[in-house]
Amino acid sequence: MKGFEFFEPTTLAEASQLFAQEHTQLLAGGTDLVIGMKALTEAPQSVISLQKIPGLAGVITEADGSISVGAMTKVREVELSADVQKHHAALAEGAAEIGSIQIRNLATIGGNIAHASPAADTVAGLLVADAQVDIASADGERSVPIDELFTGPGQTVLTPGEIITRFRLPSPSSGSHYIKHKIREVMDLAFIGVAAAVNLDNGTITDARIGLAAVAPTPIRATEAENLLRGNELTEELLEQAGEAAAAASSPISDLRCSAEHRREMVDVLTRRTLQEAVARA
Amino acid sequence: MAKHPVSLTVNGDEHDLLIEPRKTLLAILRDTIGLTGTKEGCSTGDCGACTVIVDGKAVTSCMVLGVTASGKEIMTIEGLASDGELHPVQQAFINTGGYQCGFCTPGFIMASKVLLDENPDRTEEEFRHALGGNICRCTGYTKILEAVLKAAEEVRTTA
Repeated sequence: MKGFEFFEPTTLAEASQLFAQEHTQLLAGGTDLVIGMKALTEAPQSVISLQKIPGLAGVITEADGSISVGAMTKVREVELSADVQKHHAALAEGAAEIGSIQIRNLATIGGNIAHASPAADTVAGLLVADAQVDIASADGERSVPIDELFTGPGQTVLTPGEIITRFRLPSPSSGSHYIKHKIREVMDLAFIGVAAAVNLDNGTITDARIGLAAVAPTPIRATEAENLLRGNELTEELLEQAGEAAAAASSPISDLRCSAEHRREMVDVLTRRTLQEAVARA
Repeated sequence: MAKHPVSLTVNGDEHDLLIEPRKTLLAILRDTIGLTGTKEGCSTGDCGACTVIVDGKAVTSCMVLGVTASGKEIMTIEGLASDGELHPVQQAFINTGGYQCGFCTPGFIMASKVLLDENPDRTEEEFRHALGGNICRCTGYTKILEAVLKAAEEVRTTA
C-alpha cells in the first residue's frame, strides 16, 4: 500500500471540501478501498474517513413512518434491522448476502452503493424500495432516485466533493424478496441479483417493482415486467410473461464465471421465483 | 506521510502509538504490539485468519486501517483466556482436535466466540453459514464444526 495523508473530518462540509480535491478517496467501511489500495488499483494521495461525522449511521423511522438508512450504517445492521426486515425484506436479504459476518461488520451500505458495482448486493433491494439517495456537498444537498444514480460500472452521477449521506425508502411493500445467484453460500459475487417487491389488494397486484443486478452495465428496474403485473392477479401465465420481460430488459455479459445466455435465462427464472415469494409474503 | 496518534485497548492493555495511516490493524497488532497470534492469510478479507473482535464485533483486521480503530476495544486470541482458564471455545478445539496446521485456528476461535456470545442456540446449519468467512486450508472443517457445537453446548449449560 502506498502512503497517503489521512483526514478525519467531523462535518460534511469539511469532508466535502477535502473530497473535492483531486486524488482523494472517501473511506467508509474500507472493505473495497483498503483492498484496492493494497492491490495498488487505488493509490489516493488523501484518504478522508467519514467515521467521525455524526448522523451518518443508523436505521431511522421518519415522522411519516417511512424508513431511512444512513450511508455509514454497517450492512450487518441493515441485515439485522427489524424495521428493514419487516418493510424491505429484499434489502435485508441483500445485505445478508455480502461477504462474511466479519466483512458485514465493517462494510457500509453507502460504500456498497457508491462503489457502483453492478453486482452490489444491496442495490436490487434499494431499487425495489424506490430509494431516494440523499447527497451532500459544500454547495448544499440534493436527492437522486437510486435508478438514476449509476451511469456505468463503477460510475455514478456524483460530482467531485459529493457524498452520499442517506437512503430514504418511501415505498414499503407488503412483500419483497431478493435472490442472489451464486456458487458459494457466502463470500461470493452475484452472477445475478434479482429483487421483487409487490403490494397486494385482495390478490390483485396494485404495485410491483423488480430490480436486477449484475445483468447490465448498471443495476436496472425491469419496468416492462412491472407494467405487466400492475392491476392483475399473479397467474402462472403472467408470471411467465413477467419473467420473459425481465430477461428481455437485461443485457448481461459473458465472463469467466458464466455466459450471457445463462445469465439471461436465469433472470427469467429468478424473476419468477422472487415474484412468487414476494406475493406469498404480501 | 504524517503519522497519527492512535490509542488502542488491546486485551485490556492501553497502547498509545504513533502510526502511519497505511498500517492495517493487523500489522499494528503483529508488528508494533507483538501479538502474533492473529494471522495474516489472504490479506484480502476472504480467509478470516486475521479475525479479531473490535467493540464486541468480529472483523477481518487486514481490512481495517489502524488509524480508524483508535479509541476502540480490541480482543485478540491472546486475550481470550481469563485467569489461566481457557475460553470454552479454546477448550473445545483442544478436546476435539479442531485444528490441523493451526494457522486458521485463532480466526475460527475469535469468530466462534462472538457467535456464542450473540446466540449459542444456533443450529448446526446456522453455525456453518455464520463461519463461512473462515477458511481452513487443511480442510479440517468436520472437527472445527464439532468443536464449535461442543462449545455452544458448554456455553448453554453453564449460562
